[in-house]
Amino acid sequence: MTETVIRVEHLSKKYIIDHQASGGYSTLRDQITEGVKSVSRLFAFGQKCDRPTREEFWALKNVSFEVKQGDRLGIIGRNGAGKSTLLKILSRITEPTTGQITLHGRVASLLEVGTGFHPELTGRENIFLNGAILGMSKVEISKKFDEIVAFAEIEQFLDTPVKRYSSGMYVRLAFAVAAHLEPEILIVDEVLAVGDVGFQKKCLGKMEDVAKQGRTIILVSHNMLTIQDLCQKSLWLHTGYLKQYGSSHQIIASYLQASLETSTQKTWTDLKTAPGNEAVRLTYACVRPENGTPNQHITVCDSLVLEFKFQNFKSGAYLNVSLQLYNEYGILIFETAPVYETGWLNRPFPNGIFKHVCHVPGNLLNNGSYRVVFSITENQDELLYKVNDILTFEIVDSMKNRAGWYGAWDGAVRPILNWETELISSDEKLQSVKIF
Amino acid sequence: MINKVEQSFKFKLHRTMKPLVIKAGQSNKQYWQDLWRYRELLYFLAWRDILVRYKQTAVGIAWALLRPFVTMVVFTVIFGGIAQLPSEGVPYPILVFSAMLPWQFFSNALTDCSNSLINDSNLISKIYFPRLLVPTSSVIVNFIDLLVSGMILLGLMAWYNFIPNWHILTLPIFALLCLAIALGSGLWFAALNVQYRDFRYVVPFIVQIGFFVSPVGFSSSIVLEEWRLLYSLNPLVGVIDGFRWAILGGTTQLHWSSFLLSVGVVLAILLTGIYYFRATERQFADVI
Repeated sequence: MTETVIRVEHLSKKYIIDHQASGGYSTLRDQITEGVKSVSRLFAFGQKCDRPTREEFWALKNVSFEVKQGDRLGIIGRNGAGKSTLLKILSRITEPTTGQITLHGRVASLLEVGTGFHPELTGRENIFLNGAILGMSKVEISKKFDEIVAFAEIEQFLDTPVKRYSSGMYVRLAFAVAAHLEPEILIVDEVLAVGDVGFQKKCLGKMEDVAKQGRTIILVSHNMLTIQDLCQKSLWLHTGYLKQYGSSHQIIASYLQASLETSTQKTWTDLKTAPGNEAVRLTYACVRPENGTPNQHITVCDSLVLEFKFQNFKSGAYLNVSLQLYNEYGILIFETAPVYETGWLNRPFPNGIFKHVCHVPGNLLNNGSYRVVFSITENQDELLYKVNDILTFEIVDSMKNRAGWYGAWDGAVRPILNWETELISSDEKLQSVKIF
Repeated sequence: MINKVEQSFKFKLHRTMKPLVIKAGQSNKQYWQDLWRYRELLYFLAWRDILVRYKQTAVGIAWALLRPFVTMVVFTVIFGGIAQLPSEGVPYPILVFSAMLPWQFFSNALTDCSNSLINDSNLISKIYFPRLLVPTSSVIVNFIDLLVSGMILLGLMAWYNFIPNWHILTLPIFALLCLAIALGSGLWFAALNVQYRDFRYVVPFIVQIGFFVSPVGFSSSIVLEEWRLLYSLNPLVGVIDGFRWAILGGTTQLHWSSFLLSVGVVLAILLTGIYYFRATERQFADVI
């Protein structure tokens, strides 16, 4: 039933980086001097002849995978991992250095919104031009013309040059044309990063429709939410290598874990070098999802646990442990201390190892990176020891509680609050006003 | 339901399509097939260039007539009036204009063509289509200009009561030859320009020199007989002489041996141009 539509075998792509030239192209002079140099090198026997100005760079290295018909494949990876290069080779813009790809069916690629739009031409003219560039025939475009215009919502501006369009209109029109392509294989690069929220939603809906028709989609995005929601399979590229290929859920989880430049767990076995002083010394610190381990990622919905162990050398001291949590913008989100925990409050701490666990509920922190400042005071105001950034961790976004919305959710915290909505009085006219 | 049936039928149709293999260094066998499939894009690219060219101009399309007309007047005054070059018994404006038609086409087409890939670099680096379409469309746009300027020639003929003979019927052949030389040299420079931007400065220079070494402002009959064959190595000599011969009728002679030499040079440039373009085309997106 499901056939392989794309087979990629041992694909590699090499670029030559020229450190001298600012652009990608060379000038004749470069070529001539290079030629002269290489001739002179022939006579310079035994001399080391490296060319420091040129460097090979493998954007893709030995990548192999298969895509079945109707698959929706997400490609993830950091900047420079080779995602765009892969798309460019798949869409035949550039050729591979080694390896081969076998494609079954018509490919349309959307690496940029509005490729080939001409600012001087009107919306109407650009629809035809852009359609033709994307590989549609004139008949096809005429047939879909009204649909495209309706989708882009630019009816009044059809005969205005697109240079007078607002950027939103421009993007809408561009995506509308592309969305009405009917290729067997659709290749899309980060297109959804543009447009307002309503339009983004519309685009995603359109892509889902396309996928439902049995077409194959390959999507590159930095937005894990989009990938998770749209693609059942994902491919993770890392510095040109294929790191993992499998179900989106799994790949994204391991990608997020690996991409966190964080320290979620620290252990100090040697008390002499452990952070601290003659009064206290830390032996352990970690942050993890509740019921999880420190190497698992934490989503905005997960409740999390901050755990610390320290050795107390100051017998009989009245110690207070406190935590401060800062987000990536340096905003102090909260400060917390075990003041409601009656067990050790206002009691002298004997010598020994203590463990403190702080539970942070889910649906409180927004997504982003956080750092923890840990401090121990004596008698509530004498600071014994304070360590900045004892832990750094990331909270990743989740599709839960978003009601299908993909945009960035602002704010230092993201609590789930109770709302009440009711209809006070009904007015039919109001209902016909469209939101998007 | 019907839609679904249609859909599955469509897929079946494409199933039978031969799979496309992308591989390094392998010249794509489907290239010419693709070229045919994208033929409408050629039309749209040309259409775009024509539409854009006269946007936001006051006289609009009239520029296509105005430019060659003014040049013709200037040439007639300088070469026919001041320099007193021989006119071979035809009105000097017609003598000049019959050469200016192919020359202007060639020089504009060559200039546009050699810059065409760079001007469309965003297309080249973002989407696939046979790259041959871009320079070809810019030559075609200029060819349309040639047809428009041809109307001035008709006007001149009417003005001077000049009636061409049967030679005029051969004009399309020379026009095609002119198209071939413009496309051939244009492909060379377009491809070279992607790699070496030096050609952006070389091309205007070539056009400038070409004007003086081609028989545009004068008749090629002033070239000495013993230099004739060497002179015809300039492929434009054959083209321009051909235009004159076809338009002016019997008053000028066509030197067949030198004409055939020019044709040979034209074909050589065209074929090597296509070959070089195809060979470098695959790297365009990487170096542009």
